[in-house]
Amino acid sequence: MAENGIGARVRRKEDARFLVGKSTYTDDINRPGQAHAVFVRSPHAHATIKKVDISKALKAPGVVAVLTGANMLADKVNGLPAGWQIHSKDGSPMNEPPHIPLAPDKARYVGDHIAVVIAETRNQARDAAELVDVSYEPLKAVVNVAEADKGGAPQVHDQAPGNLCYDWHLGDKAAVDAALAKAAHVVKLDLVNNRLVPNAIEPRAGIGEYDAATDRYTLYTSSQNPHVIRLLMGAFVLGIPEHKLRVVSPDVGGGFGSKIFHYAEEAVLTWAAKKVGRPVKWTAERSESFLCDAHGRDHATHVELALDKDHKFTALKVSTKAAMGAYLSTFAPAIPTWLYGTLLAGVYTTPAVYVETKALFTNTSAVDAYRGAGRPEACYLLERVVERAAWQLGIDPVELRRKNVIPASAMPYQTPVALQYDCGDFGKNLNDAAKVVDWAGFAKRREESKKRGQLRGIGISHYIEACGIAPSAVVGALGGRAGLYESAEVRFHPTGSVTVFTGSHPHGQSNETTFAQIVADKLGIPIENVEIVHGDTDRIPFGMGTYGSRSLAVGGSALVKAIDKVIAKGKKIAAHQLEASEADIEFKDGVFRVAGTDKQKAIGEIALSAYVPHNFPHETTEPGLDESAFYDPKNFTFPSGCHIAEVEVDPETGTTKVLRFVAVDDFGNIINPMIVEGQVHGGITQGIGQALTENCVYDAQSGQLLTGSFMDYCMPKADDVPSFEVSTNVVPCTHNPLGVKGCGEAGTIGAAAAVINALLDALKPLGVKEFDMPASPHRVWQAIQNASRKAAD
Amino acid sequence: MYSFAYHKPTSVKDAAGAFAKGSEARYLAGGHTLLPSMRLRLSHPSDLVDLAGVAELKGIKVDGGTVTIGAMTPHGEVASNAAVAKAIPALAKLAGGIGDPQVRNRGTIGGSLANSDPAADYPAAVLGLGATIKTNKREIKADDYFKGLFETALEDGELITSVSFPVPEKAGYAKFANPASRYAIVGVFVAKTKGGVRVAVTGAGPCAFRQAAMEKALSGGFTADAVANVKHAASGLNSDLHASAEYRAHLVTVMAKRAVAAAS
Amino acid sequence: MAISVSMTVNGKAVSAPVEERTLLVHYLRDHLGLTGTHVGCDTSQCGACVVHVDGKSVKSCTVLAVQAQGAPVTTIEGLAKDGKLHPMQEAFRENHGLQCGFCTPGMVMSALDLVKNNPSPSESEIRHHLEGNICRCTGYHNIVKSIAAGAKAMGGR
Repeated sequence: MAENGIGARVRRKEDARFLVGKSTYTDDINRPGQAHAVFVRSPHAHATIKKVDISKALKAPGVVAVLTGANMLADKVNGLPAGWQIHSKDGSPMNEPPHIPLAPDKARYVGDHIAVVIAETRNQARDAAELVDVSYEPLKAVVNVAEADKGGAPQVHDQAPGNLCYDWHLGDKAAVDAALAKAAHVVKLDLVNNRLVPNAIEPRAGIGEYDAATDRYTLYTSSQNPHVIRLLMGAFVLGIPEHKLRVVSPDVGGGFGSKIFHYAEEAVLTWAAKKVGRPVKWTAERSESFLCDAHGRDHATHVELALDKDHKFTALKVSTKAAMGAYLSTFAPAIPTWLYGTLLAGVYTTPAVYVETKALFTNTSAVDAYRGAGRPEACYLLERVVERAAWQLGIDPVELRRKNVIPASAMPYQTPVALQYDCGDFGKNLNDAAKVVDWAGFAKRREESKKRGQLRGIGISHYIEACGIAPSAVVGALGGRAGLYESAEVRFHPTGSVTVFTGSHPHGQSNETTFAQIVADKLGIPIENVEIVHGDTDRIPFGMGTYGSRSLAVGGSALVKAIDKVIAKGKKIAAHQLEASEADIEFKDGVFRVAGTDKQKAIGEIALSAYVPHNFPHETTEPGLDESAFYDPKNFTFPSGCHIAEVEVDPETGTTKVLRFVAVDDFGNIINPMIVEGQVHGGITQGIGQALTENCVYDAQSGQLLTGSFMDYCMPKADDVPSFEVSTNVVPCTHNPLGVKGCGEAGTIGAAAAVINALLDALKPLGVKEFDMPASPHRVWQAIQNASRKAAD
Repeated sequence: MYSFAYHKPTSVKDAAGAFAKGSEARYLAGGHTLLPSMRLRLSHPSDLVDLAGVAELKGIKVDGGTVTIGAMTPHGEVASNAAVAKAIPALAKLAGGIGDPQVRNRGTIGGSLANSDPAADYPAAVLGLGATIKTNKREIKADDYFKGLFETALEDGELITSVSFPVPEKAGYAKFANPASRYAIVGVFVAKTKGGVRVAVTGAGPCAFRQAAMEKALSGGFTADAVANVKHAASGLNSDLHASAEYRAHLVTVMAKRAVAAAS
Repeated sequence: MAISVSMTVNGKAVSAPVEERTLLVHYLRDHLGLTGTHVGCDTSQCGACVVHVDGKSVKSCTVLAVQAQGAPVTTIEGLAKDGKLHPMQEAFRENHGLQCGFCTPGMVMSALDLVKNNPSPSESEIRHHLEGNICRCTGYHNIVKSIAAGAKAMGGR
C-alpha cells in the first residue's frame, strides 16, 4: 500500500481550512451590492390566500422590493418539478400538482412561501416582512398520513382527490397471498416510521445574482448537487439556458439528503436578482429549516410475514402509506417505492414479496430523501417483523436469521423485488457481529443490569441496502427523469501536478481526500500534488452530485476511468519517446517502462512533454494530458451488514440508554478506513436518533409544527450515544473498477431496528409488545404502563 | 430581533432609573432566555437595561449559616464555588446541571428567578431551602415569591439584588431533564432544615411548588423509602409533547426518592 | 441607531459602529469578516457559534455585541499560531473529529473551555460537557477521541 494510497488512513486535506475557520459556506459569501431577502411564510397549515397587501412593507426603511406569487405568474415562472414519475397499479401516472415557488392562491403548510421582502439589511427585511398584510381564509388541514387517506379528509390539492399522489405496487401478489394462506405461521405488525427533520447544522442559504452585461445568472446555494439545481431551475422553473446560469455550492455543512432538492428559495433568489438588479442573499433561520426543509420517513405500514413449519420465510406482504407533504419534492416519489419496496427481500431467501405504497399529500413540509431514503424504512420494517417472528415462535433471533439468510454461494442472487445482488456474505456479517458483541454472554450481562434495577435488552438488525445510485437505463425504466452517472476530469498540469474536476459534491464525506488517494495511488504521484475541485458548474463537468452513498462507487469509478485514459495516453507518448511499441509499455508507481528493460519515463516527464510537445507522436496523438470520463454504473452496489445494540431501560423513568453498539459492515474495498469509520459512526447516531430521541410532530388540529426548534426536537447529543464498536467484512463489489460499495448511509439504515429490537427485548419481562419510535422516556414509560394495565385486566 | 435602546448603568439605583424611563423596559441579566425570545421576535422590549456593569449585584458570600448569591452571579460560578459546595452541595450540583456549559457561563440566578420559567431549576432550590429573595425594594420569602406561570411577586421594575439560602442539615436535588432542551420536566429539591423538611417541585406545574405530603412523610424519617409511596396527583400538572401530567406526577415521586437518596 | 462597539478579538483591538440589536456572532462575521464562527440555530442550542469572551466559552448568538464591549474575545481564527495548529485543532485533524466542519469551531472552542477546568477529562466528562454542542455528522465518537487526545497533548494526563 502506498503511504497515501488506497487503503491508507490518510488525514484529511480539507481539514486544513475547516479547523482554522477558513472554510467558505454559502453564508460566508457576500457579494458587492447585495440586498437581503426574508420570506413571508404562511402561519396557517391550509388557507386560501385572499389578498396580499404589500403597500406598507414597500414603504418600510431600506426596502428594495416585495414580490409575490402574482409577480411570479406574470413572469411565467413554472412550478418546481418532480424528478421521478411513479405509475399507479392501474398504470396511471402519479398526480403532480404544480408548485409555484411563491404560492399564488393557496397556502398548503405552515411555512409555505407567500412573498419575499428584499431590503438593504436582513433586519430591515425582517422588519418589513411583518408589514406584508396577507388575508387568509383558513381551511381544515390534514397532517397525518393515515388520516389523509380517510374519506372526508381535507383536500390538500383540488386536482388530487383523496390526497392521492399514487398507489404503487411491486411483486407477485397472487404468490404472496397463496403462501400466506398455507403458512404454518403468520406474523403481523403495524408500524409507524416517525417523521424526521434532517437538520444539517449549516442551515440552507443562497445568493442570487444577475449580470445584465452578459445576461448571466449565478446562484450560490448550499446544495449537494449544483448541476442538478442548474438543470431543474434553469430548464424547468425559470427558463434560463445552462450557458447563462452558473450554480456554485461552496463548502456545504452537512446535507443528509435535505440539500439534494431544488427548493423554492433558490428559484426566488435567482429570479428576484434580475428583477431588483442586485445580488439577493438569504440564509435560513433554524426555525425556517424546521418548517421548510424536506423531512424524512413518515410511513404507516402493515406487514405480514409467512413462515413454514421449519421457520423458513415463505412470503412477505407489506402495505404502506407514505406522506409526500404538501408538494412533491425533487425525489420524493422514488423514496417509498423504488428505494423501499425493492429492499424488502433484505438478506433473506423469502421467495415471494409483495409491497404496495400509497403516497398521500398532507399539509406539512415535503417528505423526501433523508439519509438512507427508503432503505432505513425497509430495514426497520423487515427486522422488526423478523424479530417479532423469533419471539412469537420462541426461537433465538440469530438462529432464525441464520436459517433464512441468503448464502454467499447463491450470488449473484435475484430477489423477488427486482434487484439482483452481485455479492455479499450476509451470514458472516451476522456471525461476526454476534461474536463481537458476545451474544452468548448476554444473559449474564442482563443479570448484572437486573441487580441494579435496570432492564437490559439486545437487538439485531441485519441489513442490506442498494447504493451507488444508479444505472441510468434502469432508472429511466422505473420513472426517473434523469441519468444517474457521474463525471470526472483529470487534468495533468505541465509540471506534474493534477487537478481533478468531479461532479460529486461532498458535504462531509471527505472526497477531497479519498479522491486524491485514488489519484495518488493510481498515478504514482504525491497526494500533495492533487487538488479536487467540486461544486461550481462553471468549472466541473456535468454531474449528478453526492447522495445515495454514490460518491465513491459512481464518482470514484468515473475518476478511475479518467485516470485510465490518462495512463493510456501516457503510454502512447512514452512509447514514442522510448522508441518502443505501445504494447510493451508498462505503467507502475508513476513510471512508464519498456517491459523487461530499464528504459523508463516518469509520468511527470510525460506530462511535461504533453504540454511542450517537441518530441511527441503528433501523427497519432493530440498534445495535452487532460482526460474526462463519465461512468454509468452497471448495477446498484449492495453494502450489507449486521448491527447489534445493547440497551438498558430504567423502568422507573422509561429512560433508554444505548450501552453498546456493534456494527460489522461490508462496504466492499475501502479507500480510507478512518473516513469509513467516521461515516458509520455518524450514520449510527442518526439511526439511534430516530429510535430514541427524534420525532417531528404537527398538531393534528391546527397543523402547526410542534417540534419547531432544538428545544423540542431532540437531536442526539454526545451523551446520548456510546462509543461504537465498528469493523468491516470486505467482499469487493464485482462490477465497478474500485470494488467499492459505499458507506454513507449504512449506519442509519441498520441502527434504528437494532435499538428498538433491543428495547423490546429489554421490556419483554413487562409484556410490552407494541412500540413505535421514538423511545423517548415518556413513550417507553407509557408503553410499560399500558402493558401492566393490560396484564391487570 | 426588534430594535431597542441599550443602557448600561453601574448602580442598582441607576438601573431602576433607566428601567422606569423606558416604556417597555427589560433588565438584561445573562440574557439566555430573553435574547433567544427577542431573536424569535416573541419579545419586544423598548429598552434593555444591562446589569453587567452593576458590581453590587455580583458575588457569593457564605457566612453564619447563610449562602448569599448576588443576582448577577452566573450558574457556573455557583457550581464551581468551593464554599457553596461545602455549605449546600445540592445547590452547587443544581447550578452545575442548568442548561449547558455556555448557558452556565452567562445565565444568572437573578435572571432565572425573575423570569420564573416553570421548568427552571433554581426555583426548586429557592423554595426547597426557604431562601429569601432580596430586591432593591424589599425582602421576599420564597414561599411568597412564585405566583404562577412566569409570574412572581416582583413588581414592575423591581430588581432582584441577591438571594440568601439558609444552610440546611442536608439537601438533595434530582432532575429529570427534557432530553432536547435540558430544562426540568420534573425537578425535586428536598431539604432537612432547622424549620423542618421542605420539598419543592419544579417543571411539573405552572411554577415551583411545595409538596406537603412528602414533607410530612420525610419528617418521620428522611429516607428515600419514606417518599417512595407518596403519590402526587396529576391534576393541574403541565402536559406537553414531552410528558403528560400523569408521567410528571409519577416522576415527582421518583425524583423525590432520588433527591433524598442523593442528599448530603 | 448605531453604537460604537470595541473589543479585543484574537489579540487585536477592533471597533465598529453597529445597531444595538447586533449579536456578537454577527459582529464577528459581518463586521470583522471572521466567518469561522457559525450560526446553526436560533435557540442557543447547537453551539456552532461558541467563542470565548473574558476567557469563558459563550454562545455568541446569545450575546449582544455591545455586551462584549471592551472584552477580550477569542474565536477559532485566533487559535493557530504562526501557521501551526493549536494542539486541540491538531487532535481533531489526527482523529477525524470533523466531517462537514460546520460545528467544528464551536466544538473546538467548547473543548478548550473544558480542558481549562479539567485537564484530563474522562470520556463521560467529555460527553457531558458537549451537551451544548450538536454535531450531525460524526456521531461524536471521534470528537470525544479528539478532545481526549487534545487534552493530553496540552499537558493533561
